[in-house]
Amino acid sequence: MMKIDFSGLDPSLPVKGNAEDLDDEILAAPSFKLPVTVDFDGFQKAAVQMVKPAKGTTTLAFIFKHGVMVAADSRASMGGYICKALLILNLYKINLYLAASQSVKKIIEINPYMLGTMAGGAADCQFWHRNLGIKCRLHELANKRRISVAGASKLLANILYSYRGMGLSVGTMIAGYDESGAGLYYVDSEGGRLKGTRFSVGSGSPYAYGVLDSGYSFDLSVEDAAELARRAIYHATFRDGASGGVASVYHVGPGGWKKLSGDDVGEMHYSYYPIEPTTVEQEMADVRIA
Amino acid sequence: MARYDRAITVFSPDGHLFQVEYALEAVRKGNAAVGVRGSDTIVLAVEKKSTPKLQDSRSVRKIVNLDDHIALACAGLKADARVLINRARIECQSYKLTIEDPVTVEYITRYIAGLQQKYTQSGGVRPFGLSTLIIGFDPHTGTPALYQTDPSGTFSAWKANATGRNSNSIREFLEKNYTETSGQETVKLAIRALLEVVESGGKNIEVAVMTKEQGLRQLEEAEIDAVVADIEAEKAAAEAAKKAPATKET
Repeated sequence: MMKIDFSGLDPSLPVKGNAEDLDDEILAAPSFKLPVTVDFDGFQKAAVQMVKPAKGTTTLAFIFKHGVMVAADSRASMGGYICKALLILNLYKINLYLAASQSVKKIIEINPYMLGTMAGGAADCQFWHRNLGIKCRLHELANKRRISVAGASKLLANILYSYRGMGLSVGTMIAGYDESGAGLYYVDSEGGRLKGTRFSVGSGSPYAYGVLDSGYSFDLSVEDAAELARRAIYHATFRDGASGGVASVYHVGPGGWKKLSGDDVGEMHYSYYPIEPTTVEQEMADVRIA
Repeated sequence: MARYDRAITVFSPDGHLFQVEYALEAVRKGNAAVGVRGSDTIVLAVEKKSTPKLQDSRSVRKIVNLDDHIALACAGLKADARVLINRARIECQSYKLTIEDPVTVEYITRYIAGLQQKYTQSGGVRPFGLSTLIIGFDPHTGTPALYQTDPSGTFSAWKANATGRNSNSIREFLEKNYTETSGQETVKLAIRALLEVVESGGKNIEVAVMTKEQGLRQLEEAEIDAVVADIEAEKAAAEAAKKAPATKET
């Protein structure tokens, strides 16, 4: 039976001496009563819909010859339901997103050789990545060797699965380098976990996938791979209103992760598409005041 | 003194946990078990009390697998051993499913020792009455390892060790005669050590050999008899060599 993992919340519990409990860990996980409703499933669905942020972001990661390249934008938006009161100020009928911040760190450093990307609920991603970092460190201390990327991603996936249906919103990629080489896993709050070589997560991911898939090759150099990642994020921020800000690019190699660049996407636009001076067809004549 | 062994959570005034010490006594009454670590081979040898004629000896295996690359032998209460082994086997698979890697010998030893310790600090239960010898190869580095746990929940790594009946004399023998061995030499050393306290013969000893490639292999009675014969021949030759110079002098 899956137990809800509260190990991230309150670790201090009195030791229970009951002989039956000895089959479980000595610190039995606490449980809480579920609310009394007529239609519990409906209640759950409504709760999840209420807190479901739109995963407004673009993140991507891919494995190549020299390790893993990880990139993300930095815009955090709050969905339309919060901004209903501000509709009168809203000049853009199509785009209802109010950019809450342009400088959110969406690539989370779990430990010196593993990165996690953030998509979905910012708090959920930050907290559970931090919790994962703690678990990885404890594993290292207990077993005198680093945890593998497969193991770390599985720990996170199991935790998220135990909270399934309770409104967590996490779409993350765990990228790292371990003994068996580069590792990249996609983990989400439904409890899914996928191993892969190329992933993009978020509302801007279709655009990022287009650029990434057409430019990808396993034998890219580090600079070329970084430029590919940067370009893919830029194109996604261009078309997707919920993505923007700064495109950060990280590289995870055998020696750990290293931040390669962080470029404002607006400036990137003008470096890719510099303003052409238009040819002058007609000179404006001075109108003489008669 | 009698007042301090009722509930095991109670220390005696001079700092003893009597139940744990009584458990160690139970271990001392159990079958002798020897473990020897070579450079590429690890051997477990356990004393086999004479099997009754009608008993199916295959159902009384004393050396068991915890996983493909880890094996265990123990001395003490066999029923407690069964429970502990089942829990350890489950933990091996659970670890493999969560971490996607096989357990290291040190991890599973720590788990078993942790279980044994838990039962020395809980109300209404008694400690497990057994000491275990755990052998295996590290799945990442391939180095062989031999660990021992005891009822108090302590564990440590060994080059060679013995537990159970007359373990002190076996350990003394090993301390005098241990050298880095490999392959068949390790098997011989383990059996020689066990023969210090056990009647010689293939039907009184159960031997299992673990190698990195083949995992755990239980030796047939005939094979054990062959090694025993080898050992006896060597012993006889050594005795003869000792006597020969003496006769020459007289």
